[in-house]
Amino acid sequence: MSLLRNLAGGLRGLFRKEQADREMDEELRGYLDAAVNEKMRRGMSREDAARAARIEMGGAESVKEQVRAANWESLVETLWQDLKFGLRLLRFNPAFAAAAILSLALGIGANTAIFQLLDAVRLRTLPVKNPEQLVKISIDHRSGASGSFSSRYPDLTYGQWEQIRAHQQAFSSVFAWGPTLFNISPGGEVHYVQGLWVSGAFFETLGVEPLLGRVLTPADDHPGCPSAGVVISYSFWKHEYAGENSVIGRTLTINRHPFEIIGVTPADFYGVEVGRYFDVAVPLCAESIINGEDSQLHRPEAWWLSAMGRLKPGWNIERATAQLRAISPGIFEATVPPAFNTEQAKHYAGYKLGAFPGDSGSSELRNNFENPLWFLLALAALVLLIASANLANLMLARASAREKEMGMRMAVGASRGRLIRQLLAESFLIAGIGAALGALLAHSLSQVLVASLSTQNDPLFMDLGTDWRVLGFTAALAGLTCILFGLAPAWRATGVSPGVVLKENGRGTTGGRSRFGLRRILVVSQIALSLMLLVGALLFARSLNNLATVDAGFRQDGILVTDIDFTTLSLSNERRLAFSEELLSRVRAIPGVDSAAIAEIVPLSGNGEGHDLLMGTSGSPKGEAPVAAFNRVSPGFFQTLQTPMLAGQDFDEHDLKGSPNVAIVNEEFARKFANGSNPLGMTFRIRRQRTISTPYEIIGLVKDTKYSDLREEPQPIVYTCMTQYDHPDTDAQILIRSNAPLASLLSGVKSSANQVHPDLDITFFPFRKMIQDGLLRDRLMAALSGFFGALAMVLAAIGLYGVISYMVERRRNEIGIRMALGAGQQEIIGLVLRETGILLLIGLAAGAALALATARTAASMLFGLKPTDAFTYLLAVVSLSGVAALASFLPARRASRLDPMVALRNE
Amino acid sequence: MAEKPSGLVQGTLDMLILKTLELEAMHGYGIAIRIEQISKGVFQVNPGSLFPAFRRLERAGWLKSEWRDTENNRRAKYYMLTALGRKQLKGETREWARQAAAIARILEAES
Repeated sequence: MSLLRNLAGGLRGLFRKEQADREMDEELRGYLDAAVNEKMRRGMSREDAARAARIEMGGAESVKEQVRAANWESLVETLWQDLKFGLRLLRFNPAFAAAAILSLALGIGANTAIFQLLDAVRLRTLPVKNPEQLVKISIDHRSGASGSFSSRYPDLTYGQWEQIRAHQQAFSSVFAWGPTLFNISPGGEVHYVQGLWVSGAFFETLGVEPLLGRVLTPADDHPGCPSAGVVISYSFWKHEYAGENSVIGRTLTINRHPFEIIGVTPADFYGVEVGRYFDVAVPLCAESIINGEDSQLHRPEAWWLSAMGRLKPGWNIERATAQLRAISPGIFEATVPPAFNTEQAKHYAGYKLGAFPGDSGSSELRNNFENPLWFLLALAALVLLIASANLANLMLARASAREKEMGMRMAVGASRGRLIRQLLAESFLIAGIGAALGALLAHSLSQVLVASLSTQNDPLFMDLGTDWRVLGFTAALAGLTCILFGLAPAWRATGVSPGVVLKENGRGTTGGRSRFGLRRILVVSQIALSLMLLVGALLFARSLNNLATVDAGFRQDGILVTDIDFTTLSLSNERRLAFSEELLSRVRAIPGVDSAAIAEIVPLSGNGEGHDLLMGTSGSPKGEAPVAAFNRVSPGFFQTLQTPMLAGQDFDEHDLKGSPNVAIVNEEFARKFANGSNPLGMTFRIRRQRTISTPYEIIGLVKDTKYSDLREEPQPIVYTCMTQYDHPDTDAQILIRSNAPLASLLSGVKSSANQVHPDLDITFFPFRKMIQDGLLRDRLMAALSGFFGALAMVLAAIGLYGVISYMVERRRNEIGIRMALGAGQQEIIGLVLRETGILLLIGLAAGAALALATARTAASMLFGLKPTDAFTYLLAVVSLSGVAALASFLPARRASRLDPMVALRNE
Repeated sequence: MAEKPSGLVQGTLDMLILKTLELEAMHGYGIAIRIEQISKGVFQVNPGSLFPAFRRLERAGWLKSEWRDTENNRRAKYYMLTALGRKQLKGETREWARQAAAIARILEAES
């Protein structure tokens, strides 16, 4: 209560300051009067009494000051005064203020932007009801799983999901979901949107209410899908339907099948995947309608779903895991794919389900980018540290310029604490303005970052709202930097003895060593930290360059990948191959097309197929069979990719169904399975789960190529001929090599396809761009660390320039004497540069040691070079030395041009 | 600065002011002179410590003040105890007596 009263009284004091002042005056006057009266009553004369009373009281102003100082609000008042004074000082030194605030804003902005991303992908929970009750259900330590994996989170098969739903007891409700792409175009070139397969309880479990219409319920998710409605997201509704209420009941075409739109979700709901936004949610049962005979619903080896549940009251993750483990044997025994061989089946039956925290949802983005982001945050923190050191240096320079002012103030009675407080207020202002600007900067910086991580078919969505964590982070940064760059200079500036400072007239003959020491230490640490950043930047830049120039085994430029999907034509197995070949020959006939070929797997697309390999024509494998990567291609594939054929020959028109199976292999295959000798004529068989193929004969050897990832080591690859395959695809992925302009090529392909059939789904993507998109993370690291490295170098150069200029200023007399005694310009420049050299040497040594010690953490993000790569270190040292030499040469030259007479007379 | 000729123990000034006001409302100078008289000149209170003490006590809710005319027909600010202040005085007096007695006992034992 008294605290409250104190607070109220203080506020009243602040706002009614003048009235309080007047009252105090009057009261003191009354006091004085009373004292005079009393003394006169004791027999003093009026004059004597007045004098004695005034002496006793000791000055009305001083009493008032003491009354004021006794209250807390006086602290606020002096703080306000200090801030105003600081602001005035900054206004008088606009160059200093701008440099200080800008460097802090950049440092704080970079840190905040990266922290914002981390916050969005890592720290925040899903924007749904009670996210802490959500739990992910998946197989604990699933390894060596067989089957086909699609979607970003292929945790479970549909069969497993049904079993889990039927037998789990830990959750009040459970749901399964899977991300996918939906083609919402009614025909022609496809238009993909972000789709979600969701089981009936998806929205109910998450607690998502519809904004419009209704959301899907368990009643919508029944075999056969009688109602088959879809729910669209807020952004899709705004974007595609202009936010019209009449959207409910309208028809949306998904992969050529009409669906009714039944509801719209609220704006803040983006699904359960952090980093993505869904457009259309479709009940699981509709999968069989949309995918037709490719449906994964009843394929026991198709992994494509992820599951979550909401814990029942009183249950926790441990208890839920125990229950899930208990029901696991039953679930996996009941769902073993019949195609599995005995080993696979045994392995499968041993899987165990587990419960994992689900409050922050799933995120592939998080898995890929969490470590790089923490790493970038560390780099950004170093930049901020350098900026702080720079500022501290500037403040120190100003502090020594204000030594006399400080001495004077202390001489007239200011306490050291009071002066430090005032100097800190100025630092606080700089830090505060810097942080505010930094927060603004961060806002756009993080948007740019997200945009640079998005690709056309892979748009990222991040809720980058500023929450308390981001605000707290920025404020903490501001406070920390303020203390870092403000406290030491303030301490130093007020540590002067007034007598000494006021007596000191002009400069001494040489710079005061001790007070100069701190500035040298600051510059040395700036150089050291800059070297670390520069090494990091160069490592990432060279790694990216390695990736961009690595020999993938084929030429990446000039290839357009075209996928022509004819699923909707429902062709029989026999007619599909002919249809694909017809498409291919039409494409080859387009003017400007050099060559074209069909491939089941586009290299570096991330897709792949692996099977067991049995060498020879008969017998069963001893132990585990070796695995190779597979691709099914048309004749002309190697010519189109310009992969050199080292021996043998390409497939040709004679390799048909019924003729002997042929295959082409790569060098790594020859190294592994033919001991490096020529593999032509060798035979092998392919085991797909239970079935073993008839023998294949190797008729060609090609150069090693990258299969699914630029970073991979060569792996054995087997190419089989598309025309010999029993189950042709219902789409043709055609690689087209052409120098024709993209636009004319696209229209050429479209009209050729139209001539074959008017109703085909066509997708295009340039091969080179697809590969580039795969290097997103590397480009991001290289660009940001490069930016930080450059920033650090500039800041370090400014710091060094400042210190050397200051040193030259301090040693003017000495330099003047040396010149008067006959030292030449060269010697003076040498003298100054020697000083730089010492600072640089210490800084570089410390920086190199620090970089070597910490670079290991970046090892996994580098390609083609070690984190201790000597050339990189050399490059960093040389460039930093160059910049340092430049930064100190200017003041050195200035020193060498001193007129000794002027320098000496200026005492 | 606040001079406490006999080394006024921190906090005792507040108690002395409260005690002085126990019987009647008084103005600043009156309080100072009363403390000096009753202590027979041992405690001299100057305005530099007196007025901050008034503010402190007012803010704690132990004193209230109002402007009145003095015996000399001048206006002065009179301070008086609040109910809370009276309670505080009682508590402090009791505590003081306890401590003083304890200290006296220690000193006697020492000698």
